[in-house]
Amino acid sequence: MSDKLIKTMRFIGLGFLEPIIRLTKGEEPNKNLILILKKIVAPIASVFLFLLIWQSSSSALFNIEATYRIEKAMNEQGKEAAYAMKLCIASGAVSCQPNTLPSPSQVKVSFYKLLEDHKIINADKKAFKEKTAELNEKREAEGKDAIVYTGRPSFVDQIITSIKTVFAGFLLAIFIAVPIGVIIGLSDTLRSSFNWLIQILKPVSPVVWLLLVFMIVKTLTKDSDTDSAFIISFISVGLCSMWATLVNTAMGVSTVDQDFINVAKVLKLGPIQKVFKVILPSSLPLIFTGLRITLSVAWMVLIAIELLAQSPGLGSFVWEEFQNGANDSNSKIIVAMFVIGIIGFLLDRIMLTIQKFVSFNKNEGS
Amino acid sequence: MAYLELKNISKTYGQDANTTEVLSDINLNIEEGEFVAIVGFSGSGKTTLVNLINGLLSPTSGEVLFKGQPVVGTSHERGVIFQNYSLLPWLTVYQNVAIAVKEAFPKEGKRFRDTLVREYIEMVNLTRALNKRPKELSGGMKQRVAVARSLAMNPEMIIMDEPLGALDALTRGNLQDEILNIWNKSRRTALLITNDVDEGIYMADRIIPLRPGPNATLGPEFRIDIERPRDKTALNDNPEFMKTRNSIIEYLMDIGSERAANSDVIYELPELEPKDLRWDFKR
Repeated sequence: MSDKLIKTMRFIGLGFLEPIIRLTKGEEPNKNLILILKKIVAPIASVFLFLLIWQSSSSALFNIEATYRIEKAMNEQGKEAAYAMKLCIASGAVSCQPNTLPSPSQVKVSFYKLLEDHKIINADKKAFKEKTAELNEKREAEGKDAIVYTGRPSFVDQIITSIKTVFAGFLLAIFIAVPIGVIIGLSDTLRSSFNWLIQILKPVSPVVWLLLVFMIVKTLTKDSDTDSAFIISFISVGLCSMWATLVNTAMGVSTVDQDFINVAKVLKLGPIQKVFKVILPSSLPLIFTGLRITLSVAWMVLIAIELLAQSPGLGSFVWEEFQNGANDSNSKIIVAMFVIGIIGFLLDRIMLTIQKFVSFNKNEGS
Repeated sequence: MAYLELKNISKTYGQDANTTEVLSDINLNIEEGEFVAIVGFSGSGKTTLVNLINGLLSPTSGEVLFKGQPVVGTSHERGVIFQNYSLLPWLTVYQNVAIAVKEAFPKEGKRFRDTLVREYIEMVNLTRALNKRPKELSGGMKQRVAVARSLAMNPEMIIMDEPLGALDALTRGNLQDEILNIWNKSRRTALLITNDVDEGIYMADRIIPLRPGPNATLGPEFRIDIERPRDKTALNDNPEFMKTRNSIIEYLMDIGSERAANSDVIYELPELEPKDLRWDFKR
């Protein structure tokens, strides 16, 4: 029973919980206590250490900024203004807070604020839907477009948009890179003829890809009034991130073990059978390594691309908050940073689990 | 006309200055239903010879004739058992055999193929491991799957390339008996490549030593007229067995020492004298 639980835990990437399960079952208490210290207590301690450093550095930066403000008031408006400024900063009033690296507690407050904001916007949306339901039915009957909610998207909406964009880009990358990689990998001639092109295009920056896609999509969508921002950003994400998969697939296909090729020949498998029954399965581990890199690159460039393309998502959220310069903007940016990091980590975990599931070599991956 | 005929085969690798002739002047005739063993040192070109016969390689000069027709590419008529099993690791035992059956009998129904696969797996005593992957099997079990896979295509000739080379002595003995049993039932033509003289004598009708390469060629053949089924333990007291065994080993040893004596590579050592550097540093 516990063995099965541990196995599934390991499979979904929660292997570090193993010693706790074993300890509750009373197996080898000493060894498992040490394991708990190593695998659970130590990582938590490192998080606390990180928070401590963050807290102290943010308060140091706060002091530098506060001193500067007080001195400035002193030089420009005299002693009294400086004193008033000092009191104002100490009282924590919003109007005179120094704008610098926020402390962990400020970030936490902002996080809850963003969630609260999401609830408000959600309620607003719902109310809007109810209000316009009748009208929309009528409009539909008349053959007109329905009225949609055009209010500001909440933080959670932005996250969902970003994830949608990254998956669209990722799928595009799979559909382009895997077939091309297989074809290139199968033929030496094709591989050497495309090699230069791939090597030249691979290091091109995400920003340039975005501009290129922008040029093309802008022309193509000239007469239609579709939302091209989403199209532009997901195509750019796909183009930026597909190279790892392309190169890995080509390499995996071209380096299939000669023994397997001999088997395919001796069994007289046809070309299609050979590709699907022998070559693809044997290069699957490498293809998946490529896909993992692709997904993490896609998530990384997505933020930059959204920022530039002005398409909704976490990237534009960060950029808007930076431009906004409100009192809690900085802490909202830090919240976004952690959300980006955690989602990136989860995406990688998901890929790893799928990789373990499809790979014949179950020991692979970390 | 012989069943399988090798005429003046030679095989070279590389080009121009880097050419190495691995096999030269190979002549071999195998009759239908015969069990022939080729013994040779490792690295003497045995695998190259096998690949020429099964069609994975084509000879540089000479001809391989199978039933009077030149061999072009592989064929289901010649089943191959590889030295390193070559099972597909992502398929189960059943699937590994099924993929061969599907190619060999594309027109038959699913039911027919299923029973055929199960039959051959049963034949090599692996029914219990039907759904295991090669990684979970021992070396002997893997080789059994390989045997089942090549036999399931119902080949007219079985080519075995050191099939038992990587196995321990006990498993080896067991598998030798199993392969002989299976062979005995259908009396297909069989070619066994091995580095074990005893194995060759125990299993084959004829043993032909392969003189080590480069320029490997076949030596004189030794007939083994011990009656089948042969008893492994009694074999050791059989004067016929002893005689053949000794003469084959003697022959192989002779080639070995001949090769060592014939090697005309002389390593020239430069004439050097150590120089005393201590005084250089002091100055």
